[in-house]
Amino acid sequence: MRRHPTAVMVVAGVIASAIGIVLALAIEWFPTVAATQTKKISTLYDVLLIASVPIFVLVVTVVVAAVIRFRMRPGQEDQDGPPIHGNTRLEVIWTVLPALLILGLCTYSYIVLEDIEKAPAAAQELRIGVHGEQFAWTFTYPEEVTGGEELTTTELVLPVDRSVRFSITTADVIHDFWVPDFAMKLDAVPGLTTHYRVTPTRLGTYPVVCAELCGLGHSVMRSRVRVVEQAEFERWLAEQSTPAVEEGAGPDEQVAAGKQIFASEGCGGCHTLADAGSGGQIGPNLDDVLKGVDEAKIREDIVDPDAQIAAGYGAGIMPSTYGQTLSDSELDALVAYLKEATK
Amino acid sequence: MSFRAPGFPRAGLGILVGVGLAYAIVCSVRALYGWDPVVDGDAVLQVALIAAPLGFLIGLGAFDYWFRWAIGAPTLPEDHSGHGARSWKDYFRVNTDHKVIGVQYMVTSFVFLGIGGMFAMLVRAELAQPGMQFVDPNAFNGLFSVHASVLIFLFIIPVFAGIANYVLPLMIGAPDMAFPRLNALSFWLLPVAGVMMLLSFLAPGGAFATGWTAYAPLSTEAPIGQVFFTIGVQFAGASSIATALNFLVTIVTMRAPGMSFFRMPLLVWANFATSLLVVIATPFVAASQFFVLLDRALGFNFFNAAKGGDVLMYQHVFWFYSHPAVYIMMLPGFGIISEIIAVKARKPIFGYRMMAFSLLAIVVLGFTVWAHHMFVSGMQEWIRVPMMITTAVIAVPTGIKIFSWLATLWRGVLHLDTPMLFALGFLTMFTLGGISGVTLAMVPFDIHVSDTYYIVAHIHYVLFGGSLFTIFAGVYYWFPKITGRMYDERLGRWHFWTTFVAFNCTFAPMHLIGIEGMPRRVADYAETFAGWNLFISIASFVVGLSTLIFVYNMVTSWRAGVRAPANPWRAMTLEWQVSSPPPIFNFDTIPTVVGGPYEYGVPGAVHGVFKDAEVKTTATPAGAAPAGD
Repeated sequence: MRRHPTAVMVVAGVIASAIGIVLALAIEWFPTVAATQTKKISTLYDVLLIASVPIFVLVVTVVVAAVIRFRMRPGQEDQDGPPIHGNTRLEVIWTVLPALLILGLCTYSYIVLEDIEKAPAAAQELRIGVHGEQFAWTFTYPEEVTGGEELTTTELVLPVDRSVRFSITTADVIHDFWVPDFAMKLDAVPGLTTHYRVTPTRLGTYPVVCAELCGLGHSVMRSRVRVVEQAEFERWLAEQSTPAVEEGAGPDEQVAAGKQIFASEGCGGCHTLADAGSGGQIGPNLDDVLKGVDEAKIREDIVDPDAQIAAGYGAGIMPSTYGQTLSDSELDALVAYLKEATK
Repeated sequence: MSFRAPGFPRAGLGILVGVGLAYAIVCSVRALYGWDPVVDGDAVLQVALIAAPLGFLIGLGAFDYWFRWAIGAPTLPEDHSGHGARSWKDYFRVNTDHKVIGVQYMVTSFVFLGIGGMFAMLVRAELAQPGMQFVDPNAFNGLFSVHASVLIFLFIIPVFAGIANYVLPLMIGAPDMAFPRLNALSFWLLPVAGVMMLLSFLAPGGAFATGWTAYAPLSTEAPIGQVFFTIGVQFAGASSIATALNFLVTIVTMRAPGMSFFRMPLLVWANFATSLLVVIATPFVAASQFFVLLDRALGFNFFNAAKGGDVLMYQHVFWFYSHPAVYIMMLPGFGIISEIIAVKARKPIFGYRMMAFSLLAIVVLGFTVWAHHMFVSGMQEWIRVPMMITTAVIAVPTGIKIFSWLATLWRGVLHLDTPMLFALGFLTMFTLGGISGVTLAMVPFDIHVSDTYYIVAHIHYVLFGGSLFTIFAGVYYWFPKITGRMYDERLGRWHFWTTFVAFNCTFAPMHLIGIEGMPRRVADYAETFAGWNLFISIASFVVGLSTLIFVYNMVTSWRAGVRAPANPWRAMTLEWQVSSPPPIFNFDTIPTVVGGPYEYGVPGAVHGVFKDAEVKTTATPAGAAPAGD
């Protein structure tokens, strides 16, 4: 051993690399693999890990070995090392080898990129509009998807195993539409419509996250996506075109429906409301500001939030789209609920 | 107290005059146009943010010489009264001595490190648990924005300028920088920028809260606090550019006889490369912020899509500076590490010429990669692959440097004291930051982790494990030269090990939670990330505490440390051949350089000689020196 310290170092480095690679691959880095894109990107990441670990281990091993073997010992205070100025062959090697490794990784990444962005060969692709606005997402299913009228919702529902192409827009500032479990994201840019596609492969409910700083409520600009069977998807589409709240429903049913809408629209992300158990701090505390306010005013606050703003809060922060995304009967229910909850 | 002589009383008066001018200009223009109200607070504030600092600088005396010269008045005879420091008060005036300016830069920057670090602690306190505990979302966004802006523009960039300001003229055998008055002005622009950024917390609507990137149109629509960033960056940028020009001219024209380019220490090479980057790139960040200012203040529509503006243009201009800025924040550190590793391993730098050429390669390549920050921005898609390749290729010259340092260590006699520990810590940690940088260049993976904590982890491995470790290494290494005292070695080691461990505990887990789906710049996060965030927050507080060891060591050693000899490290470069601290004009006789800077182990080798006229007559003057080592 003592006679071959460099050999010991090489063996230690190889063993450490092997252990490092096994450990790195054992960690569950990615969230649920819920789309073909996630699968391909997480495989790419595994390859990057396998290429990276030995390089890091190499540097650490050489540093540690140098510290052990060449640290100054008593009596060496005035000594110098051998005056080695360089070695052309070595320098060529550590220029060319990393360059080849880099080009290999770039080539593979290029192939993956083509793969995750290419249009599906046969099956018809679903086209869905995604609109970001401070601080909420809305999703638009065009007529060709619904078979009836265009549908705008705050919940994203997708059929499993079918490629979907998102068209992403925004009216105010830059947002970023990201479903971590799909591993794809893209900015929503004022003045542009941007696109990407995913193919969900796993049933379930996943978070939708805004990944680009968009102001006060950036961290609560969340929604969710439900991946369902095709039949369930069609059933859901059909349901959406019938009003959620029956016309002429009694006041109690209205309040109950309103409470559900308050939760499903994510109002609590920004607003505190004791009855709903929400504690958001972006917008005014509804327990305070809606106390004793009449229905017409509450309705105006929802559909035209900038008409009159509570003291200490800014204009243009609450989305002004609820008049479009909620039906009249849903609005009635929500107003009835808020009136009741803040009485 | 005199309001006529340059100094702080006159500077205070200058601020008042600046504010008064702002009122006068804004109100008279608004009155002429018949706009209501005539006194518009926001408009006055924006003009005052430009006028008051200029008033301060004029009052302090930064422009006195040039004003006299410009109006044809007799300029003060150069009696060198602006040179050197005899008491602490000399550090609080316009001083033209590069050594005083270097200390001013370093101390000021470290004050801002303390402030920026405190903001990080507040951010981590809020993030220790999901939900909101200590601050509201607006204050949170302000905290991380000011944290990044202060640490980039008021710490990393200027502290490197400060170290080089002190060391570089000594290293090349020059009595001072080429433009001492410009040098003084460069320094005084900095506290202006820093104080302005911090004052934004007092603005109505809170501090600027759009990140240090200030993406439009969020920044053009943000409350007035944003302007404190927009204008503050102009002052910091002007300081950077002036200093870089100064370094370039100093390096090109003021090298000692015999100091050819390939006899320059690598720290000089590194600052040469950095200064090229600054001079070419920094005007772009100034432009990006002027666009924002014009949009906000004068109703231009550069970034208003509804009026034909182009939102993506901001990002292209911004990153055309801000990617090279990453190298502006790293190359001087490479220089510091080269000095320390050669001296502490007692060996010549392995592959000196490749070390110099790789710096220049990074400068050139650094301008071809900016759009890798924009892979998910919605820009034209085809550019992503070329930018991926150029980005990844930068790993090659960087790898050359890492491997050359490793080879320099090999078979040396390693002195494992504090500067060396930080240098070795840098080698390993920067390698990790470089590797995660290559993974980020790979477009498909970048799409997933853009704007997540993976980015936060990467940038902190590069700027903390990279830049800050080199800064600590450099400050310990040159502390005896600057103060004439030795620092406490035991405390230095404690500082290194606590920082090294706590740094890794803080930032390593961020890679994981980023890939798992935690976006960055969020005040609140999903419950699933609670465990790691608490761990990270606790570790970050240890990082904060470990820095106190450093502060204590620096302060007590400076006051009462053991007297330092001229050359405690047995180094060959010229700054160690003069007393600690050096004489007021650095060299009593200008040295003549007769060999390379790192000839350790070569029997009888010297870098510079000081005395006999014999050598002087045979030496070639600076600038015309033939290459060779």
